[in-house]
Amino acid sequence: MGKIFKDDVSIVLSGEAGQGIQTIEKILTKILKEEGFNVFATKEYMSRIRGGSNSTEIRVGSDTVRTHINKIDLLLPLTKKSVDHLENRIDTETIIIAEKETLNLDNKNLIDIPIFKIANEIGSKIYSNIVAVGFVLSLFGIEKEQLKKHMENYFAKKSKDIIQKNIQAIEKGYDEGKKLYSSEDLKIQIKNNEETKDNLLINGNDAVALGALAGGCDSIFSYPMTPGTGVLLSLANFSQKFDDILVEQAEDEIAAINMAIGGWYAGARSMVTTSGGGFSLMEEGVSLAGMLESPMVIHIAQRPGPATGLPTRTAQEDLNLALYSGHGEFPRIIYAPGNIEDAFFISQKAFNEADKYQVPVFLLTDQYFVDSYYNVKKFNLDNIKIEKYFIKTDKNYKRYKITENGISPRGIPNYGEGIVGVDSDEHDEYGHITEDLDIRIKMMDKRMGKLDLLKENAIMPEIIGSEDFKNLIISWGSNYNSVKEALKKSKIKNTSMLHFTQLYPLNNKVKDLLKKAEKIIVVENNATGQFANLLKLETNINIDNRILKYDGMPFSVEELIKKIEEII
Amino acid sequence: MNETKTFSLDYEDNLDIAWCPGCGNFGILNLLKKTLEEIENLNPENFVLVSGIGQAAKIPHYFKTNFFNGLHGRALPAATAIKATRPDLTVIAESGEGDMYGEGGNHFIHTIRRNINITNIVHDNMIYGLTKGQASPTTQTGMTTPVQVNGVILKPFNPIAVAIATGATFVARGSVTDPKTTTEIIKEAIKHPGYALVDIYQPCVTFNKINTFKWFKDHTYKLDEKYDYTNKEEAIKLALKEDEFPLGIIYKNTERKPFDEQLSIYKNTKEPLYKRQRNLKRIEEFINSKK
Repeated sequence: MGKIFKDDVSIVLSGEAGQGIQTIEKILTKILKEEGFNVFATKEYMSRIRGGSNSTEIRVGSDTVRTHINKIDLLLPLTKKSVDHLENRIDTETIIIAEKETLNLDNKNLIDIPIFKIANEIGSKIYSNIVAVGFVLSLFGIEKEQLKKHMENYFAKKSKDIIQKNIQAIEKGYDEGKKLYSSEDLKIQIKNNEETKDNLLINGNDAVALGALAGGCDSIFSYPMTPGTGVLLSLANFSQKFDDILVEQAEDEIAAINMAIGGWYAGARSMVTTSGGGFSLMEEGVSLAGMLESPMVIHIAQRPGPATGLPTRTAQEDLNLALYSGHGEFPRIIYAPGNIEDAFFISQKAFNEADKYQVPVFLLTDQYFVDSYYNVKKFNLDNIKIEKYFIKTDKNYKRYKITENGISPRGIPNYGEGIVGVDSDEHDEYGHITEDLDIRIKMMDKRMGKLDLLKENAIMPEIIGSEDFKNLIISWGSNYNSVKEALKKSKIKNTSMLHFTQLYPLNNKVKDLLKKAEKIIVVENNATGQFANLLKLETNINIDNRILKYDGMPFSVEELIKKIEEII
Repeated sequence: MNETKTFSLDYEDNLDIAWCPGCGNFGILNLLKKTLEEIENLNPENFVLVSGIGQAAKIPHYFKTNFFNGLHGRALPAATAIKATRPDLTVIAESGEGDMYGEGGNHFIHTIRRNINITNIVHDNMIYGLTKGQASPTTQTGMTTPVQVNGVILKPFNPIAVAIATGATFVARGSVTDPKTTTEIIKEAIKHPGYALVDIYQPCVTFNKINTFKWFKDHTYKLDEKYDYTNKEEAIKLALKEDEFPLGIIYKNTERKPFDEQLSIYKNTKEPLYKRQRNLKRIEEFINSKK
C-alpha cells in the first residue's frame, strides 16, 4: 500500500452511541497533544443515548488544524452501519481499519485488524475502543513505553485492574499498527514540537465557561438543553472545585432568565446558557432586562430548528431570534466568537459590557463550535479586568436618573443609603410606575440613546488577507476557521476574509469597509442569510452572493472552496 | 414620584394609588405596613419587595423600600435569586393569586421544592381584577364572568393543600376580615427559616360580587390555639375542607434546611456574592488543568 501522511491526516472514528467513541476521542487527542502534535477534534452525533451512528473526526497537522474537512484518510469503524452512515465522505483514497469478518465489510482499502478479538482476549468487547487508540498511536511513531505513562495518567482514578487491562489493550493495538509502520505500509510522519505540549486542549464550551469565570460571573441559572448545557456543566464542575459560583438548574427557561435578572439586581453577575428552543421561552425575560436596564449575559448554542429540529446538529439560525427577541424596543449587544481564544476573551468582556451599559449581551455559538476543540496557547490573563460598575447609593438615589449619556448609575439593595426600585412598567426616575407620556419619551430616549455608545464601541470585524482586496468573503461565528482554511487552500486571488465577532450593533466604520469590495460573499449556516440581511439593513449595501448551508452539518473546507470558486 | 425625605416603610400621603375605593388590597397594604415596622432590624435598605403583574402586584410602589416589580407570574424566580445571592436581605414576594398560582404556577411548585427563605404573600380575591373580572385559579365553580359566560366549570385551585403536598414548610391563610391574625401570621412567616406561603383573602369590590367582605367573614374562622400545625396529616385534612376556611398557620415544620443555607457558595463565608473578588490566579489554575 505504501501510504505515508506528511502534513495533515484526517482520522474518523465511528460507531454506535455507547461504544466509547467519545472516550477514544478524548484519549487519542490528549495523548497526541501531550506528544506535541497539533490536533483538532469535532463530533457528530445522534439524539439518542445508545445505538445509532456517531462519529468523531480527529485531524492532526504539522501546522495548526482548526476546522472540519470532508475528506477521511483513515476510518476506524466499530460497526458496519457507521460505515454506511459516512458513505459520502469515503472515497477511493480512504483507508478503512476494521475487523473485516465481524463487521462484514468489503473494501479494497481495508486493513483487517482483529480489534474485537484482541479486546475479547483481554476480557471484554469494551476494550475494543482502546485497542483502536493503540493502533492509531503506533502510526505516529510514538514510543511504546510512553503508552503506559499516558494511560496511567488518564485513568488515574480507576482501579489497578482497569488500568492494567487498558494498558494491555492499547499495547496490543499498538503492536498491530507497528507492523504496518515498520513495513512502511502505513505511516504518519507529521511534525510535533515541544511548545505544543504546553498548549491547552479546549473546546468551545469550556472556553465560554472559563471566559465567564474570568468575567466575574458568579451565578448561572439554566435549564438543560443540548448543546447549550455544556457551559452549565463546565461551571458546575468549577463550582465543585472553587465554591464561589452559584449554579442552579431552574424549573424552566422562563424561571432561569428571571432568576438571572434577579441576581444582577442583587449585585451578582449572572448568566444563562441555552439553545434556540430554550431561548424562545426566555424572550419575555430579555424584554424585562431591556426595561429594567438590567445587565444580562445570554449564551445561545445554536442548533437547527424550528421547534425541536435536529437537536444534536449545528446551525446559525438564531441570529434573528436574538436580534429581535423581546417585545418593544431597547438596545442590546450580540457577539459571536469565531475561535477558542475569542470565545474566552469575548465571554469575559460580555460581563463588563453588560454591567457598563446595562443591556442584555448575547453570546452566539453553535453545536459545532461548542463541541469542537483544538490546542491553543495558554490564555494570557494579564489584561483581564473585572470591571464592576454598581455604585454605593446615597439617600436621594434614583435608579433611573436621566443622564447625558443615557447610563444611570446602578445601585443595588443594602449598599449605601439609597433604595433601589426597578419596574417592568414604564417608570419615573425612582422606578415607580408612570403613565406620564412625557416621562415615557424621556425614558425611551435614555434607553435607546445607549445604542450610539454601543456602535462607537463595537468591535470591528477582522480582515484576514490583504487590506487591498477586490472580493470579500464575510463570515461570522464558528465559520471563522473554515473560511480561513478554504481561502488559504484555494487559488482565488484578490480576495480577503472579513470576519464579524460582533454582529450587533455594527461599528459605523463597517460600511466604509464593505464599500471597498467589488464582490461580497456571505457564508452562513442557515437558509436565508440572516447576517447578510442584517448587513444590508444596517449599511444599505446589497449582498447578492450567499453561501448557505442548513443540513445540520458545518461547512467543510472542500465545499467552501468549491462554492467560493464558483462565484468568483 | 416625589422627593424621598426620610426612610420609612410608610408610603406617601398624596400618592395616587391605582386601586378602586374599598379594594381589599388597601387592607393588606395597611396591615403589612404596620407589620413590617414592628419587625426588628428590618429597614427599607435591607428589605426587598418583589412582585409580578396585576393589581396586587402594584403594592411595592406604595412603599418607600427596595423593590423589584417584574413580569406576570415571575416574582418567585426573581425573589429566589435575590435571596440566594444576598443572604443579608429579607425578601417578600407578593402578588395576586392569578400571578402566583396561574401564570406562575410552575414557579410556585418549584419555589416550594427549593424551600428558599422568602415569604410569599398572595392576595387572593378569587377573580382577575386588572383585566376586569375573568375567572382566576381560585374562582369558585359556577360563578359567571365575561369569559366564563355559562359559569366556571373548573375546580378551584387549592393553594394550601398543594403547598403542603409539595413540601412547603410554612403554610398559612389570612384574611383582611381578620387583620390581627393576619399580622401575626406575616410576622411568623418572615421569621420562618424557609419558604413561607401566606394566602390572604381580600374582596374585589368591583368584579366579585359573591366573595364579598361579608362572605369572607362568614366563611372563615380562626384556628383554635390548641391546633397542632406540625401534624401534616391533620393539616392536609384541614386544607382539603372547602366549605369553611381556617385562618392561621395551617402547617409548619423546621426540619428542612432552606435552599440558600445549603448552597456551597456559603460553605466558607456568608458574604454576599457582590462583595466577593474573583481570584484570577485560581482561574489560571483551572485553565491550566485543561492542558
